[in-house]
Amino acid sequence: MKNIDLIIIGSGAAGMAAAIEAKKNGIDDILILEKDNCLGGILNQCIHNGFGLTEFKEELTGPEYLSRFVEQVKQLNIPYKLNAQVIDLSKDKIVTYSSKEDGLVSLKAKAIIMATGCYERTAGAIMLPGDRCSGIITAGTAQRYLNINGMMVGKRVVILGSGDIGLIMARRLTLEGAKVLCVSEIMPYSNGLNRNIQQCLVDFDIPLYLSRTVSKVVGKNRLEKVVLSAVDKNLQIIPGTEMEFECDTLILSVGLIPYISLLNYIDCPISSTKGAVVNQYMETMIDGIFTCGNCLHVHDVVDFVSDEARLAGRSAALYLNNMIKKNGKIALKPGNGLSYVLPQFILEDSLEDIIIKFRVRQPVTDQVVMVKSGDTVLIKVIKPVLIPSEMVMIKLSKEKLVDAKEEIVVSLEAR
Amino acid sequence: MNSKIYDVLIIGAGVTGTMIARELSKYCLDVAILDKNNDAGDASSSSNSAIIHSGYDPEPGTLKAKFNVLGNAKYPKLVEELDVPFNQCGSLTIAVEDEQLPILKELAERSKINGVEVKLLSKEEVIAMEPNINPEVKGALFAPTAGIIDPFNLVVHAMENAIDNGVTFLRSHEVLDIKKQDEIYLVKTNKGDLFSRIVINAAGVKSDKIAMMVEDIDWAITPRKGEYYVLDHYAEGLVNHTIFPLPSKKGKGVLVSMTTSGNYIVGPSSELADPDDLSTDSETLANIKKAATLMVPSIPFKETIRVFSGLRATCTRHDFIIEYAKSDNHFINVAGIESPGFVSSPAIAEYVVETLIRPLITLKSNTKYNPCIKKYHRMFYLSDEEKLNIIKENPEYGQMVCNCEHISLGEINDALSRSCPPVSIKGMKRRTRAGYGRCQGGFCQPRALLIMARHYGVSPKDIPLAEDGSYIIDHEVKEVE
Repeated sequence: MKNIDLIIIGSGAAGMAAAIEAKKNGIDDILILEKDNCLGGILNQCIHNGFGLTEFKEELTGPEYLSRFVEQVKQLNIPYKLNAQVIDLSKDKIVTYSSKEDGLVSLKAKAIIMATGCYERTAGAIMLPGDRCSGIITAGTAQRYLNINGMMVGKRVVILGSGDIGLIMARRLTLEGAKVLCVSEIMPYSNGLNRNIQQCLVDFDIPLYLSRTVSKVVGKNRLEKVVLSAVDKNLQIIPGTEMEFECDTLILSVGLIPYISLLNYIDCPISSTKGAVVNQYMETMIDGIFTCGNCLHVHDVVDFVSDEARLAGRSAALYLNNMIKKNGKIALKPGNGLSYVLPQFILEDSLEDIIIKFRVRQPVTDQVVMVKSGDTVLIKVIKPVLIPSEMVMIKLSKEKLVDAKEEIVVSLEAR
Repeated sequence: MNSKIYDVLIIGAGVTGTMIARELSKYCLDVAILDKNNDAGDASSSSNSAIIHSGYDPEPGTLKAKFNVLGNAKYPKLVEELDVPFNQCGSLTIAVEDEQLPILKELAERSKINGVEVKLLSKEEVIAMEPNINPEVKGALFAPTAGIIDPFNLVVHAMENAIDNGVTFLRSHEVLDIKKQDEIYLVKTNKGDLFSRIVINAAGVKSDKIAMMVEDIDWAITPRKGEYYVLDHYAEGLVNHTIFPLPSKKGKGVLVSMTTSGNYIVGPSSELADPDDLSTDSETLANIKKAATLMVPSIPFKETIRVFSGLRATCTRHDFIIEYAKSDNHFINVAGIESPGFVSSPAIAEYVVETLIRPLITLKSNTKYNPCIKKYHRMFYLSDEEKLNIIKENPEYGQMVCNCEHISLGEINDALSRSCPPVSIKGMKRRTRAGYGRCQGGFCQPRALLIMARHYGVSPKDIPLAEDGSYIIDHEVKEVE
């Protein structure tokens, strides 16, 4: 079996950035495995703009953004394999991939970075009530059909879920000639970025109905009708509030979930983000297996994916040089107002400052983010506005860790 | 127009119809089987619990009891011949209250009369076999001959085998009327007239409508809908057997079982429904959850990847109907085949052919009959060495199309090359499991659709999700009106 220092699974925004950073940190023996027939992952189908504002200080489309990373991968001569689907992973870091060209190949890695992205929540997962007809499709799949294959999935469209892909697809389908009747959101607020609400809905006069969800889909073979109902504060449907829309298509944008089947094979501990439990180096509980990007937690901005992936790439280099010390560890927990916090634990002997990432449960204003260990306040930051769709990052300097005698809790307090 | 006269025409390509077709293909006969849908096993046969019941439940003396037990015994050989995933894992019917223990004993008695091997288990024995069971369990009836099966593969492979042995499969043929003229049946369909000496009505939930085209009948089908959850296959060992509650008049109740693919299935409900109603609703699903949690409290419902419903062809006679029409023995009704219909089907088929058809027509053995189909390669389940050998022979088996279930291009193309190939995305999924995983085809559906369109030389618009008319692609953007 061939040995390789670092295998990176996935060549999207996370995988390429991690590979480039590892290479820059002195790791030469790298292999990127990509299941698709080109580098770049899902960015290939994201032909809208809005990428790269942080990373490159300019506004790029998905393919433009990824092409800058592809150039670097090629310049740095980082080896990669296309059409190579990883089908097995073991705790001792044997990676098995399958491809038409190579057949079935097992490789022994010293370190692995999982950068496998996410998948979309489906009609089945949300138990969509009503008939089983065609014309009900997740936003990303509809996007792939349209932007990669040049095929439209319908003419009259209702969109469920106001996440960013749903909003982007509302505009994209409209520009391509479809009539988007509305976007329905079960929560009392949108989960999409504000700029997308403006540019994708308001600018095209597409109504957004908040606190409304699909109570029934009707259609014999193809979708014929969608019924929306209002929900109460427990998200239960209120009878008598039905709105009916005759349409042939229902686009679902109801959440993204880290795609980590491979980690399920090795019983890697999973957190509430549905990605792996990690330390500040983006290393999972399995020694030498790192993870980053949307397969760790779903990001709102790709630039932050690239940044997180660089940390994973750098960390893998540290690991390969035996520089990560695993003496003691402190747990990091989400407190009041937070849906999750990353990393879930911190190795005490930290080489770098720690970027704490979290999301709030609901939109709030005038808050103080408190990072405390017992009664000791490590950080206190004032935040005028916090919304669930935007990931929050705060820096915890490594020197402060000596003050953390017990578990660290990140919570919100009203000002 | 097709003016050929068939010896036997079977209406309905569900598990009953396809099993009868396969049984008839053992003889030198002109046999056709039609279905209103575009695939075999498209209705109740694909939307059920996928259990090969032991036969502890049907009332002694009924056709259900007889054919269940006979059918069950045929499965180990049948699944070898038809290359169908099958696991004789056994079933546990559990009592969760002391008052239910006498009913378990009654069921054990009934099993004995039906000729079914069972064993009454103590609380401790049940918990040892099923660590995740409700700790309040009082005891159980263990039926070791019960099993789980891939229901999609069984019906499609039976159809494939029947076609390989000479049967004609007519898809998307809906029967409009039936008349008898000069000893020949004229079956009018939306695709033209068909002629046959013998007609077999195996039309499932529509079998009463078909029977009424020939004569007045004293029975009717009152379909009962069952809704289900399907869970992802990562929570290993949740249950090791099929877990039933005590049966009631409405059926065997909500069960919890693993499936042959390692997923878990939870359901069904049981309510009266229209014969075309395959919808699901939140309230029914919530009730199923409640009932199932009583048996297995830790079911991870958040791992749900799909909900679906199926219809039982429940008959007002409360038993299978397997008999000649009153007015003519060349019209045979095989109706009311609800649970335990799936397990019974091979035994029903044998009875229909050997007992009902043999007196009507000369049955000369088909010397070319081969009971086996060509084995399928299921890459997911093979050892690395086996995979390597297959890929070496055909590299397409190395290229994955479905990421979740690791289904290769080789498997997709193999399905398309068979005698009963899929014509829809659902047909492909049922045969190969592509799109069966946690993303439910989100990633692989566009790939599968393009492969199928290319294979059939049609526009992607012509590859439906399921039935004819359930198109996925509305138009191509390059098209100009």
